[in-house]
Amino acid sequence: MPTMHTQRPRDDDGAGGLVFDATVRRGDFRLHAAFSVPPAQTLVLVGPSGAGKSTCLALVAGLLRPEAGRIACAADVWCNTAAGLHLPPERRRAGVLFQDYALFPHLTVRENVRYGARARGRTGAAADAVALAWLERLGVRDLADRPVGRISGGQRQRVALARALAAEPEVLLLDEPFGSLDVATRGLVRTELRAFLASCGLPAVLVTHDPVDALAFGERIAVLEAGAISQIGARDELLARPRSAFVAELAGLNLYRVDLATGRGLKEARVAGVVFHVLADDRSGPAFLSFTPAEVALAAARGPGSPQNVFPGRVVEILPLPDRLRVVLDIGVVLVAEVTREAAAALGLDVGRSMWAAVKATAIRVYD
Amino acid sequence: MHGAYRDEPASPYLWIGSALLLLYFTVPLAALLLLLPPRDLLGPLLSPLALDALWLTIKTTLVATALAVALGLPLAYLLARVPFRGRDVVDTLVDLPITIPPVVAGVALLLAFGRRGLIGEHLDVLGVQLAFTSVAVVMAQLFIASPFFVKAARAGFEAVDARLEAAARTLGASRWRVFWTITVPLARPALLSGIVLAWARALSEFGATMMFAGNLPGTTQTLPLAVMTALESDLPTAVAVSTLSLGLALAALLAAKWLAGRWRIPHA
Repeated sequence: MPTMHTQRPRDDDGAGGLVFDATVRRGDFRLHAAFSVPPAQTLVLVGPSGAGKSTCLALVAGLLRPEAGRIACAADVWCNTAAGLHLPPERRRAGVLFQDYALFPHLTVRENVRYGARARGRTGAAADAVALAWLERLGVRDLADRPVGRISGGQRQRVALARALAAEPEVLLLDEPFGSLDVATRGLVRTELRAFLASCGLPAVLVTHDPVDALAFGERIAVLEAGAISQIGARDELLARPRSAFVAELAGLNLYRVDLATGRGLKEARVAGVVFHVLADDRSGPAFLSFTPAEVALAAARGPGSPQNVFPGRVVEILPLPDRLRVVLDIGVVLVAEVTREAAAALGLDVGRSMWAAVKATAIRVYD
Repeated sequence: MHGAYRDEPASPYLWIGSALLLLYFTVPLAALLLLLPPRDLLGPLLSPLALDALWLTIKTTLVATALAVALGLPLAYLLARVPFRGRDVVDTLVDLPITIPPVVAGVALLLAFGRRGLIGEHLDVLGVQLAFTSVAVVMAQLFIASPFFVKAARAGFEAVDARLEAAARTLGASRWRVFWTITVPLARPALLSGIVLAWARALSEFGATMMFAGNLPGTTQTLPLAVMTALESDLPTAVAVSTLSLGLALAALLAAKWLAGRWRIPHA
């Protein structure tokens, strides 16, 4: 029954959630990832396409067999290669919201939703009751007898969610749930889905390639790049201290992997022949360095003041934003600045022009 | 959308080019149908030769088609869904009965299941004789016709989105349940057309039946064999039985079209 999921008693230490650790190889592609999701929490798995996000979901659902690994959910072990255990998908309880939803085209909305309840052994009448209750809860009960070919994208998502939940899952896996929605419905669906996931009490893994979706949705985000998790943590932590180009772009920051060395007064951070002067305690060796594009000041000539970091560069690209311009410069490495339109006009900013870019040492963050 | 490119009317040459083959199909059939006035067909149709052949044909082709479906479904699904070494070999094997001359197939069946055959001689010891019986008729039809079903069913299974099957598995359905509730219903138009193709092919089976089952009225003489027998002495009966065969085939095709239209899956 739908209400069963709303307040399920669980330990607070994360037991009862999803625990995932798996390695898989397909040709040249190798994926290794480990994460856990406590009940009622959603982990957003974000990354460029081909990074292995959907593969992770398929591993949890049992649609793929890992080379090595252990997958457990709600105290049940679903896969443990060391013990030779690999439960087939129907014996796991993974509710999957497939990309484009994968609704059964030969069945009505109601028949789609009751499918899981029937497969799990409920009688026809009981399965109907479960199906209608979930359709009611998701606000699409009036569509029950429509063929699934004749409902809209947003409705399809609700029906697919109802279908997954009616099969009594222990974890929800959402594969690009916003991918096939138009921009107008996206925001609304995101808000509703977030509220719903929080209320249903299940651990959930949401996969998206879209940084905007990831930021809007995820309290906890894991970044998957080329088959490995490059960064995992709370959203704000990720945004403040990106450790990969993907996250930096997501956060809209300039990010460099630098080598720290002691200089005169300030520390010197080197990357590809460019030297930043930064405030950093007694750190040394490799580190990350980041700052926001708004902290970069542009000038046509080298100014009289004394900011610690001044670089000559060339304008490579100018991207207009609603209230300002994003300027991409080549200073030996790529550097992004943001200036107001008035400032840009005053500077005579144009692609190909030489410019001086200045960043204060105090505006630069350095971290491992 | 394809429709967006369909504004231009077809070239007249395309119509003329297409008409040639269609004419080639219709003229002989018309010659068959126009030879005798319909009321002259009734007598020959009610002759023992025609009625016996019709009854035997219906019985044997239905059994052969049912066997083709029962034995063909697993093979079709295997070919559609399971990548395995030697799939090309299996695929070729399925094409073989369609490609070889039916007479050769009949000889091969005789050498395998005849009294002195590879398997037949062991059956003979047990008192079982297959050649020149109604069972042999069914076996010949199964041999020649079942590949049509396997090929159609395979194409039908391949066209079913594997993600739908995966979705059903995650909802708690076993492979067996997924096959019957998702795969088969979605492949239904293809399966149906495969059944009709196989049945129509069994209906017209001649060469293999002749070789392996013979031409014994009431036991192994199906409609095509009856046509040949009648043609030697009695043209009206030959024409009547031919018309009957044509009618059966046409009925099967129309039924398949109608059923496929009724069961078309609304594409999501």
